[in-house]
Amino acid sequence: MLLCSLLLASCASNTARASSPASTTYIENKGSDTMVNFALAWAERYQALRPDVRISVTGGGSGTGIAALLNGTVDLANASRRIKDEEIATAQAKGIQPLEHVIARDAIAVIVNANNPVSELTLQQIADIYSGKITNWKELGGEDRPIVKLSRETNSGTHVYFLETVLRLGRSDDKTLFATNTLLLPSSEGIVAEVRHNPNAIGYDGLGYVPHDVKMIAIAKEAGGEYVLPSIETVNDKRYPIARDLYIYTNGEPTGIVKEYLDWILSAEAQEIVAKLGFVPVE
Amino acid sequence: MEKSLNWREFIITRAIKASGYSAIVFVLLIFFFLLRESLPTLTRVETSSLLGTRWYPIEDYFGILPLITGSLVVTLGAALIAIPFGIGTAVYISEIAPRWMREILKPLVELLGGLPSVVLGFLGILVVSPFLRVFLDLPTGLTAFTGSLLLGGIAVPTVVSVAEDALDSVPRAYREGAWALGATKWQTIWRVTLPAAKSGVLTAIMLGIGRAIGETMTVMMVTGNAPVLATTLGSLFSPVRTMTATIAAEMGEVATGSTHYHVLFFIGIVLFLISLIVNVIASSVVFRAKKRAERILS
Repeated sequence: MLLCSLLLASCASNTARASSPASTTYIENKGSDTMVNFALAWAERYQALRPDVRISVTGGGSGTGIAALLNGTVDLANASRRIKDEEIATAQAKGIQPLEHVIARDAIAVIVNANNPVSELTLQQIADIYSGKITNWKELGGEDRPIVKLSRETNSGTHVYFLETVLRLGRSDDKTLFATNTLLLPSSEGIVAEVRHNPNAIGYDGLGYVPHDVKMIAIAKEAGGEYVLPSIETVNDKRYPIARDLYIYTNGEPTGIVKEYLDWILSAEAQEIVAKLGFVPVE
Repeated sequence: MEKSLNWREFIITRAIKASGYSAIVFVLLIFFFLLRESLPTLTRVETSSLLGTRWYPIEDYFGILPLITGSLVVTLGAALIAIPFGIGTAVYISEIAPRWMREILKPLVELLGGLPSVVLGFLGILVVSPFLRVFLDLPTGLTAFTGSLLLGGIAVPTVVSVAEDALDSVPRAYREGAWALGATKWQTIWRVTLPAAKSGVLTAIMLGIGRAIGETMTVMMVTGNAPVLATTLGSLFSPVRTMTATIAAEMGEVATGSTHYHVLFFIGIVLFLISLIVNVIASSVVFRAKKRAERILS
């Protein structure tokens, strides 16, 4: 992360020196670690287009970004979740009007080994697998094999999102937890590597990070519903159930260079970067 | 002239003394730091919850038992691998191997000791774990045993290096005496050389175990990190979560001063106490062995 910002800073200074503009405008951008990769890529590209603009991007989490916006230290706060009511209350007390912009979408694909005959599951079935109620693939119409459940570590935003959306099916009073024998792997690569060669494994990962040699599961919201494979189309028309919007918050209606940057973010060029980094572009 | 010599002597003695004491000071400082950061755990988390079997810190489940058993299972497995291999290799290098072989083997073993543990972790994910899954017909290759194998590999060079030095320092006269009495090479090694080098060999084992229990990167990559309470021998072949991996994986994202933060330090102190106990037992054994040897020799 730090390295990225340093690199960015150094190349920013290079472009600044090359064209030596009269005045440089700075944009501060902070927040979600999920979004930091494409936020950096955007900043890099935009600085190449506009040498008079310098954008500093840092991660730290959605909460950190919003807190910084409320303290007035950033222009743009990245958040992979909606702003909370308490945060809006704090903002109003400080005279800040957080304004929401959906700038990309994120979908989580459930993946299994390429040789696993199971290809369709309902959200409830996935929840039952991860909470330990279903332990063998034959209960789901597959081979007689134990299910090995893979998850990201608890500090990952994806882990929390998966817990809330899939295990608890979006119910906030639900206290279902991951079964203790769920493997918690520190990286996406770890999950993909295990799914790739282990026919017992099931895992989840950001849609764009899924390589071609593992199988994505088509998911139905409820039994009898339509089974939908994750793709850019199914995420954008909201048919795929494990997807979320990603936001940028500004203080009130953006003006000047911040507005220009936000408009550019929604352009085809910027959204292409989103797609390239494994997220779903907004239309 | 005399005076400046005294003066120099004085400074050198003090400098040596200070560096000697600094080791103690550092250990104490680390201990007090751990204690200060971990003590709030006892007031914030109930003891029954701390001794629970569920570790899920983001929802305030702080049961550390699965982590302790996880570390113990992996370390025990690693010790079972590292001790016979390590001491066997040390005996071979010091007692049996011809001189030229010895000169190749010893640096090679030491090179192995310098292998970064993250590299071993990659090896574990890409080679060892898939192999073990197929070979032992396990649901997954990311198990405590995979961790033990790799940690064993990490501990072997330490054990070999220290044990070999200990065997090497056994006076040649001991072996010659045994041979003169008609003992075979094996009898000499087993009944004379090894017992004579006992304290050094025990130190080697303890250092190896210490290396294994404190190792983080490799276990985090290959043991699966599932916080399951290990109760039977079968746990060796299922995923576990160790204390070190928990601290490493979670410390980076935790809010300073939160309950979770203090509990992670508490785990640190548990780890510290476990290695302290291992060391105390080892040195008391060594101490007793030394006294007995002195009695016999005098």
